[in-house]
Amino acid sequence: MAKIIFITSDSEKVELEADSGSVMELAVQNGVQGIDGDCGGVCSCATCHVHVAPEHFDKTGPASEIEQDMLELDDDANEYSRLCCQIEVTDALDGVVLHVAK
Amino acid sequence: MAENQTCVVIGASHAGVNFAFALRKAGWQGNIKLFDADPTLPYHRPPLSKAYLTSADAIDKNLLKAADTYQKEQIELNLGVKVGSIERSAQVVQLQNGEQVAYDKLVIATGARPFIPPIEGIESAEQLFPLRTAEDVENIRQAFEQSEQKRVVIIGGGYIGLETAASLKKLGAQVTVLEREPRILARVTAPYMSDFFQELHAKNGVAVETNKNVVRIERANQQNFVQCDDGTDYPADIIIVGVGIRVNSEIAMEAGLEIDNGIKVNGQAQTSDEHIYAIGDCTYHFNPHYQRFIRLESVQNAVDQAKVAAAAICGKEVNYDTLPWFWSDQYDVKLQMVGLSQGYNEILIRKEAEEHKFSVWYFKDDELLAVDAVNNAKAYVVATKFIKSGEIINKTKLVDSNIEFKPANLL
Ligand SMILES: Cc1cc2nc3c(=O)[nH]c(=O)nc-3n(C[C@H](O)[C@H](O)[C@H](O)COP(=O)(O)OP(=O)(O)OC[C@H]3O[C@@H](n4cnc5c(N)ncnc54)[C@H](O)[C@@H]3O)c2cc1C
Ligand code: FES
Repeated sequence: MAKIIFITSDSEKVELEADSGSVMELAVQNGVQGIDGDCGGVCSCATCHVHVAPEHFDKTGPASEIEQDMLELDDDANEYSRLCCQIEVTDALDGVVLHVAK
Repeated sequence: MAENQTCVVIGASHAGVNFAFALRKAGWQGNIKLFDADPTLPYHRPPLSKAYLTSADAIDKNLLKAADTYQKEQIELNLGVKVGSIERSAQVVQLQNGEQVAYDKLVIATGARPFIPPIEGIESAEQLFPLRTAEDVENIRQAFEQSEQKRVVIIGGGYIGLETAASLKKLGAQVTVLEREPRILARVTAPYMSDFFQELHAKNGVAVETNKNVVRIERANQQNFVQCDDGTDYPADIIIVGVGIRVNSEIAMEAGLEIDNGIKVNGQAQTSDEHIYAIGDCTYHFNPHYQRFIRLESVQNAVDQAKVAAAAICGKEVNYDTLPWFWSDQYDVKLQMVGLSQGYNEILIRKEAEEHKFSVWYFKDDELLAVDAVNNAKAYVVATKFIKSGEIINKTKLVDSNIEFKPANLL
């Protein structure tokens, strides 16, 4: 079981727990504002963009090549950006803070 | 904005659902009432022929929005309810269960349905399915489980047909795709792409047969036989029909709205009636970038028009102006497309060092119209930037894969 904390762009804090699936699915299932997941989680739409809290970046690891490429279309992307449909929920994520991108 | 106003939405799929949430977000304080004939909580359609088809997941793993978020946003979701007609003078919609619902603003998001071609015997064929709804997938999965030999014939070599072929192959089916044209994906891509996908399917053991005009389906010995006009004959335990769609524009037409290859809308997604908007697959709309009216079947268009309609209804100044994009996943190949290739007069292909990684660039003279990127998100991104900016690409540099793929390197 991992606890995952989303901070939305309205600074709302949403704490959720899960043990499987993708972080995007978790967010959509719980209606986290700003995570749309328009492509259903196949890294094609970039509507699941989060900024990982820098001190937690080792929990998620960096974006894959395809994520990095897709993120180039988003002006709001930085070195801590991830497309969260590509982050699998595992125990290693426990306590991670994710800021939902605008 | 008046609190006692009601916005009625016909169709609760990619367009209708995204619209409802966008309308709330844009500040609409009145009622929002969504209606859909489909009894299932609104779900993503693209995975139906892709990952969802091969998974054992129930549809609740694949929802557009969580069930309780509708209530949270005070969006009334009426499922399993078909809208029968629109009465514009009274500003009401007539439900098929006899009820009437009044609207101040009406949004038509009725999408499309599979086209079932008038092939002899198609009505009486058993285990024959289209693929558009969760129920279709349920039926296909069930037929598949019950079938011993699992011989699947797919009529139509478009994206849905080919994705379904790849997915069912993965599940262990014996798959044949029958395409009427001389090449698959003929309407949507260049011959180079058709050849690539034809080979990809062959390599994965799926027979893709072109120039196959299906004229009859015969039922004998508990089997279907799919017959083509060249005399060939394919036994099938399961038949899937993927030959395109028909727009659900009947209720709009009967209401006297302007129809032209879909429900005609302006840059604010508004129909010829100022109180009625239309969004998604059912619309015929103007694309400012390509300077022409088009109809699209894509999530991008459904979502973007939904946002435009929501903003327009809330009195914001908006104009629909986006680049079309689309994707398709088959086996381990990810195809991403941006732009509209129609009207091209030159094609350039850039191949990367890795296998199955390339991009096809469609130009009209110096203008880049569209790109198909195979396992190559970078090409997709670079292409999107160039199409948007309109900057001229140096074609010699473009096809040189030794040059790092960055917009600045291709000028
Ligand atoms: C198998 C498959 C794979 C696809 N893959 C991709 C892909 O990879 N990428 C991509 O971008 N797009 C893909 N698409 C296309 C994409 O799903 C559509 O563009 C999108 O669903 C359009 O959304 P929409 O809301 O406009 O219409 P629809 O999704 O067609 O929804 C319309 C809704 O309106 C309802 N309705 C119609 N008439 C009435 C009525 N009178 N009363 C009540 N309800 C009514 C219908 O029940 C339906 O739920 C795919 C489609 C399919 C079927
Ligand atoms: S959900 Fe589309 S990129 Fe993550």
